[in-house]
Amino acid sequence: MSVTIGSGHEGNVREQLTAYKARVKGGEMGALPSVLSLFVLTFLFAALNPYFLTQGNFANLLTQTATLMMLAMALVFVILLAEIDLSAGVTSGVAMALFIIMTNRWEIDWRISIVAGLLCGMAIGAFIGFFVAKVGVPSFVVTLGLFLGFQGLQLALLGDGGIYRIEVPEIRAIMNDNLPGWMGWAFLAIGITVMTLLNFYDRGVRARNGLVNRPISLMYTKLVVVAVIGAALVAILNENRSRSIKEISGVPIVVPIALTVLFLGTLLLDRTRFGRHLYAVGGNPEAARRSGIKVIKIRIIAFMICSSLAVISGIFNASRVGAVEATAGKAIVLSGVAAAVVGGVSLFGGRGRLIHAAAGALVIAIIDNGLGLIGLPAGINFLVTGGVLILAATVDAVSRKRSSGAR
Amino acid sequence: MTSQTPIVELIGITKSFGPVDVLKGIDFTAYAGRVTALVGDNGAGKSTLIKGLAGVQEYDGGVVKFEGKEVQLPSARAAAALGIEVVYQDLALCENLDIVQNMFLGREAMLGITLNEPQMEFEASKTLTGLSVRTVSSVRQKVASLSGGQRQTVAIARSVLRNAKLVILDEPTAALGVAQTEQVLNLVRRLADSGVAVIIISHNLQDVFKVADDIAVLYLGKMVANLKSSETNHLDVVQYITGSRTMGDQE
Ligand SMILES: Nc1ncnc2c1ncn2[C@@H]1O[C@H](COP(=O)(O)OP(=O)(O)OP(=O)(O)O)[C@@H](O)[C@H]1O
Ligand SMILES: [Mg+2]
Repeated sequence: MSVTIGSGHEGNVREQLTAYKARVKGGEMGALPSVLSLFVLTFLFAALNPYFLTQGNFANLLTQTATLMMLAMALVFVILLAEIDLSAGVTSGVAMALFIIMTNRWEIDWRISIVAGLLCGMAIGAFIGFFVAKVGVPSFVVTLGLFLGFQGLQLALLGDGGIYRIEVPEIRAIMNDNLPGWMGWAFLAIGITVMTLLNFYDRGVRARNGLVNRPISLMYTKLVVVAVIGAALVAILNENRSRSIKEISGVPIVVPIALTVLFLGTLLLDRTRFGRHLYAVGGNPEAARRSGIKVIKIRIIAFMICSSLAVISGIFNASRVGAVEATAGKAIVLSGVAAAVVGGVSLFGGRGRLIHAAAGALVIAIIDNGLGLIGLPAGINFLVTGGVLILAATVDAVSRKRSSGAR
Repeated sequence: MTSQTPIVELIGITKSFGPVDVLKGIDFTAYAGRVTALVGDNGAGKSTLIKGLAGVQEYDGGVVKFEGKEVQLPSARAAAALGIEVVYQDLALCENLDIVQNMFLGREAMLGITLNEPQMEFEASKTLTGLSVRTVSSVRQKVASLSGGQRQTVAIARSVLRNAKLVILDEPTAALGVAQTEQVLNLVRRLADSGVAVIIISHNLQDVFKVADDIAVLYLGKMVANLKSSETNHLDVVQYITGSRTMGDQE
């Protein structure tokens, strides 16, 4: 077959499906395994425990997932470079310690304190990036060092066993309050509209450049599927899920926040020069360098983004707990790495998307939640999650071999 | 054609590593529209000569003229700015990116702050079509899924996209099978026919005779022969390479 101009995306629905199958066979599985396991796990737990599929548990699951999801998305930025940030969790802990000291002790406006926390995260990221990219210390070592050191810093800031209640209602609301019913629908409508406009914009630019577009039916099908699933979720969440007299209903506030970060982060990775260069450096740093990409700069920025998003996950966690603890962020970071890998982000670098990390976080949260409901002895969920992680990493390694072995 | 100014002209190039003189006063020329093969035994100094042109390793002495003007080549960037592109043996492609993304890596087309994918896709397809490349089915294929010859094609096409005036290829067919070698050599020929000066390093004389217009032979850091491939033969070149014959013997 010869190259005809614009032979990038053309083809009818059948050809698109064939191409997709070929990609999957070639090792580019993307989110497929995690989406499949989401379905399997949902059916499994629903069959084993009737409470699993209730509105109450569903909302619960979403808020349980949010912190992990945000952390996993943060980690994607460095995992794409085949690096790791073991300190992402405690970095968020340190930033939130700063936040709580500012709001509670110094009585500074919470908005300023949040910005300070985010800047603190960014600075830590720049520090890590400097050591990894400029000095050349392996990220595993730098961030392991910080993982240990920051636990000490958290203790120093908040005191041994220190727990500070969050007094800011806006922060508490993120995980504990819900959007009014109409706002959930409005958010969904905005989301679908933005997606549709983006699709039409892309098609327009392609057409202007004389390229063939994918069949429009495929685009509509995708949008309708997203809209239907979205509508079902909003409808479920808008029902009363309270077991007492006080009504609880609506989409948890954290959901639109997390989805917005997912959307913006995906735009950054897929559509900007920075994103392209990040993937290039992750795939082949030497090739990137010879192409004139400033590899060191890209690496440092990636660590800065990772640490900043980790702080957002720290905010989520603090909101859910209702307090900032001296031990915050210590336990979650490995689950964050696991979530990204389970979702299909390659530890070898260069392959993976934010949505994969989000899907992986859902898988891990569902395992946690579902096994908890079935009432298996504690510890089983660690075994299962660990098993899933190894399975995912194996799939990653094998598919990597396959995709580069296909020469 | 010899009356025409060469794209690149090297005069009296020297290079030493400590006490070892690797290049001992090399004169060399390459012309637009012609393929010049640079041959010589292992350690003759071919790669060293090329590295200087690519700007990755400066010469110690001598003059480099590009399009008739004396130039300095202190960095790869300076070489690229003149229109010198090198296709390295290890190709330097990102396997996780597709063909279009690789061809435009580092010089992406933008639409505001976002990548202009359609424009890049169009131009990449156009370049490949212009080179009559028929071996890839979609320009959105990941490089990981390409064969060695296809990768070589992408790397060469990338230099064309960058409007190179001089393309240097370091053993482009070394790892390829018969059919793929044929394809790449055809591509090299078309590249030269489109007006680019091509320098090709190769140990395979069969390939050299198939594609080159001129043959320059290095022997232990000296240029021992500048031949037209139409006026010489396999055996002569082998003798020059092995040092059992020098230019004076011809007359
Ligand atoms: N950086 C260096 N330091 C010291 N010696 C070097 C260096 N680079 C090359 N040399 C020497 O210069 C000589 C020429 O090397 P060069 O790589 O240019 O040869 P070549 O013609 O490309 O050989 P091959 O066909 O094996 O690639 C060799 O003897 C090599 O050992
Ligand atoms: Mg060499």
